[in-house]
Amino acid sequence: MRYAYLVPAGLLLLGILAIPLLVGLASGASELGQVFEDTDFGKAALTTLWFAVATVVLELILGLLFALLLHQTFRLRGLARALALVPWALPTAVMAMSWKWIFDPTAGVVNNLLGTSITWLAQPQPAFWAIVIADVWKTTPFVMIILLAGLQSIPRDLYEALNIDGGGPVRRFFWVTLPLLRPAIALALTFRLIHAFGIFDLVYVMTGGQADTETLALFIYKVIVKFDDPARGAALTLVTAAGIFLFAVVAGALARGRARA
Amino acid sequence: MKRLSLTAAVLLVVTFSLAPFLWSVLTSIKTATELRSIPPTYVPHTATLTNYSDIFNRQPFARYMLNSLIVGAGSTALALAAGALAAYALTRLRLRAAGTIEKGLLLFSLFPAAVLIVPLFALARTFGLINSFLGLILVHAALNLPFAIWMLSSFFREFPTELEEAARVDGFSRLQILTRIVLPISAPAIGATAILVFIFSWNEFVISNLFLSGHKVTVPVAISRLSGASAYEIPWGQISAAVVLTTLPVVAAVLAFQRWIISGLTAGAVKG
Repeated sequence: MRYAYLVPAGLLLLGILAIPLLVGLASGASELGQVFEDTDFGKAALTTLWFAVATVVLELILGLLFALLLHQTFRLRGLARALALVPWALPTAVMAMSWKWIFDPTAGVVNNLLGTSITWLAQPQPAFWAIVIADVWKTTPFVMIILLAGLQSIPRDLYEALNIDGGGPVRRFFWVTLPLLRPAIALALTFRLIHAFGIFDLVYVMTGGQADTETLALFIYKVIVKFDDPARGAALTLVTAAGIFLFAVVAGALARGRARA
Repeated sequence: MKRLSLTAAVLLVVTFSLAPFLWSVLTSIKTATELRSIPPTYVPHTATLTNYSDIFNRQPFARYMLNSLIVGAGSTALALAAGALAAYALTRLRLRAAGTIEKGLLLFSLFPAAVLIVPLFALARTFGLINSFLGLILVHAALNLPFAIWMLSSFFREFPTELEEAARVDGFSRLQILTRIVLPISAPAIGATAILVFIFSWNEFVISNLFLSGHKVTVPVAISRLSGASAYEIPWGQISAAVVLTTLPVVAAVLAFQRWIISGLTAGAVKG
């Protein structure tokens, strides 16, 4: 029986993820109505949206620059690519402690370099940007690696044809690279948005949700662990998941250009 | 000139990528006095390993590392065993439902952790898996399975069918072909997958923080909970030493297996 090979994987995925997810979310259906009247949820949703927009935009721009750079031919390119990938492979919660130390108000590097004495993680605006910077550092390599794969799939003859026509590097970028990179950009955008809406580790460790940085994931965690209210948590999760998928699908389709076709 | 600006740009990217890690390394070898000095010093005046001995003597850090190793090894073994069987079936056994199953797997890999807090907490409570390594191993294995299947499939697809057909003629069963031919030849691919799956488990925080407490916590959870007697006495030297010890193996693994990891990831990304 050939399908028997799928049984162990199927048991794990259905038993640990799919069934508990369906059962858990179904238990929230009765409280669904209250979610939309929950002002704390609305606030967390807005905070999460700002985090997602700021981090994903910056990561796409930086990720594209990094990918274009590491697509060039130079000595030790493999090593440079591996080193650029390092932040993505490091534990987020652990590096969040490093960032907390970097943004320390008294002995921190950032204040020392800027000559300021900002209490970064205790005020809304600075805390928001401190977390954004840490996230951009951590996740840009992920975008870079997807875009690098996209760049590698563009046939070289296309560039050579344009070279004969006398196209400079700027024209080459906008006429060949960017249009052909669109599927990779759409993929990176979709993946990143979905995970950006779930941002937890950095915020939990750096501010604990203080200074107006409580995101949806942190809020749901608090409802479950501190308030011990699984039904409310399930209802919140249901709305969050629906929102995330809707937003990611629309953004992915827009980037792919399907919405215009 | 062009060479020079290229080199400068690459150096900038590499410095940006390594800066927080390097700052932790420098912090971890400073003395308590130097850590309190304002403005902060960059290169330590006197280097010390006290912070490193402190995290082992004053904190049960060896225990935390062992916890992380147990969970990482257990979930990696489980994800790879289940993943190799599934990837083999999906790529080699011409299943009619293969396409649908692969799409379903992609859906699983899209769950953000936020969505999983509620169901996993309920599951762990129901089966008494709170504060048990088994519970966390099962969860990490399940979370990693779509990725493991995806990466192994992309390697198995490149494997020449002729070898398999020859083995078939020699009377090998399907399972024998998998264990005696496909797996040994794909050893590097399996190694690369295992490393990435292990790193994921080693790094995972949300679920570990939810499930574990006391001496049973894994390294990231332990480090996030390291604190001094008061908010003003956060032991940054010890924390930095712990950060370095936790991240150094990951940096080493990425550098040692760079070729396989990057080719595996990019192969997957292109197909996705």
